[in-house]
Amino acid sequence: MMDIFDIYLLEAIINGILLGGVLALLALGLNLIFGVIDVTWICYAELVMIGMYGMYYLVQYFGLPYYAAAPITILLVAILGALLHLLVIAPLLSAPPINQLLATGGVLFILQSVATVAFGINFRNLGIRLPVLQFADMHLSYSRLLAFAAALIGMVLVYLFMTRTYVGTAIRAISQDRQIMALMGVDTRRIYLITSALGGALAGLASCLLVLQYDVHPFVGLSFGPITFLICVLGGLGNFVGGFVAAFVFAEIISLGGLFSDLEWGYVLAFAFFIVMMFIKPAGLLARRS
Amino acid sequence: MRIRQLSLWLVAGAALVALPFVYREPYHLHLIILILIWSFAYTSWSMMGRFNLVSLGHGGFMGVGAYVTALLWNHLGVSPWLGIPVAMFAAAILAVVVGYPCFRFRITGHYFVLVTLALSGIVLQVITATRDYTGGSLGYTPDRTRGSHLLALQFDDKLTWYLIALGVWAAGLAIWQWVDRSMDRYALEAISEDEDAAAAAGVNVTWEKLKITVISALMTSLAGALYCQYQMFISPDTVSGISVSLQMVFAVIVGGLYVSLGPTIGAIITIVLAEILRIGFGTGAVGWDNLVYGVLLVMFIIFLPKGILGSILERLKPRPKRWEAKS
Repeated sequence: MMDIFDIYLLEAIINGILLGGVLALLALGLNLIFGVIDVTWICYAELVMIGMYGMYYLVQYFGLPYYAAAPITILLVAILGALLHLLVIAPLLSAPPINQLLATGGVLFILQSVATVAFGINFRNLGIRLPVLQFADMHLSYSRLLAFAAALIGMVLVYLFMTRTYVGTAIRAISQDRQIMALMGVDTRRIYLITSALGGALAGLASCLLVLQYDVHPFVGLSFGPITFLICVLGGLGNFVGGFVAAFVFAEIISLGGLFSDLEWGYVLAFAFFIVMMFIKPAGLLARRS
Repeated sequence: MRIRQLSLWLVAGAALVALPFVYREPYHLHLIILILIWSFAYTSWSMMGRFNLVSLGHGGFMGVGAYVTALLWNHLGVSPWLGIPVAMFAAAILAVVVGYPCFRFRITGHYFVLVTLALSGIVLQVITATRDYTGGSLGYTPDRTRGSHLLALQFDDKLTWYLIALGVWAAGLAIWQWVDRSMDRYALEAISEDEDAAAAAGVNVTWEKLKITVISALMTSLAGALYCQYQMFISPDTVSGISVSLQMVFAVIVGGLYVSLGPTIGAIITIVLAEILRIGFGTGAVGWDNLVYGVLLVMFIIFLPKGILGSILERLKPRPKRWEAKS
């Protein structure tokens, strides 16, 4: 009895780590946008949802192989991110921050209902079933392993982009001081647009990975949107490392909570943990108390 | 001036009370009742929203109000007359549990929005997770009473519901006015401008914010419970979750955040709009109403952030103000 239990526990822990990779990817995208533009995209998970539909149609209707559809989807969502910035955020840059946030809430409505109108409310899945890896009595699905690996690679690429290129350096500089960088000859509008596209691309990558594990429907964003926001707040908004750590902490709580009960209770547990953490570390997981 | 205003209110109130006795078209009365209930919910959101406390957790409070009342009735046979206060109490507890750390540790702006957003998401998850009791996403129906209708707060005629909804809506406006005239309003406005300065001036920031949050949560959960008793059907999508929270924000922004009747105007616009779309498109309307909401929300925030009523009143305002200054 105890042996079996331990294997399940280990399996849940590993699945938690695998889930954490994708959550960390989502949190990174949101943190990037917040850190640079000082805007929270409430509709971030809905961009992922649109990307998942993109994958579904490219693979199912146009018969593209998965690995050909993925770059197209990433590009598509990146364009969507840039459009979101141009059409909604840019006109509101000088408005109170809350207005920008609520406007993206409106975009959330728009994306959900566009998906409902265009694709219907049926659950759809990609029809790709990756095999399950059996290892020492544990069942780990390849789709999760792939998602974890791709998420890590995506994050490393973003890290390299941010540290090794001129544009990346400019992005980091802007996130440190918005006013000065404009005086230093950096075109802030261009940087904002690139950042938005990059944030969109990360959402696109996440959608390519999530579509392997979840069915697509117009409201799928609601099942991982709130948890992404909690991760970003717990890690400290705009704090990349904090978001990364918080993603794994949350993923473990969800996964272990799901082991003992339903998955939904894992989410509830994560929220309870979040409330407790707010008392202990209100400024984020990695913040030092001032 | 004061007497004229008062008599205007009295006449308007009397006309509203008299309406269902003169005009009995059930479908239109149904719409008006819905508008009144939602206006009350939107008003309670605006109580916080006007002080820059933007909460997306009100869908959660509404869900608690509706589900606790219905669950107590169905499973324990507790009358809504007792169940609604219990549900409101539960919502208030939830508001304190989430609000206190937020206010105590200065979680404001974006952070506050995201935390409350997660709150409404979590309430939705709890309702779905406890599907053995709540029916999950399929929705939930309070049992029809076999005994007294009054005790069960279930009425078949629209007239009674109209009067109840009208009363609650008027009470909501009265609370709005009461806050508007209280010292707390100045304290909260100071806080929304600059927390540090307000605290330095002797305002108890945490306490003031907590007070308005609890009032707002109590009212919202009452709206949820009333909606449940009137419709006799609730589902996680109609009374809780992020979309309901955003719907509140949308209605209030469209109507006007800083005027007492703004949320009501917002409710009239949104509900009439939804009905027109539903009738115009028929079953094909699924999704279209939210699409229009979303586009309007974005447009309003960009071009008319004070809302329809707020902007109209602002246009009308300058003249009476100058008069007052002279006299």
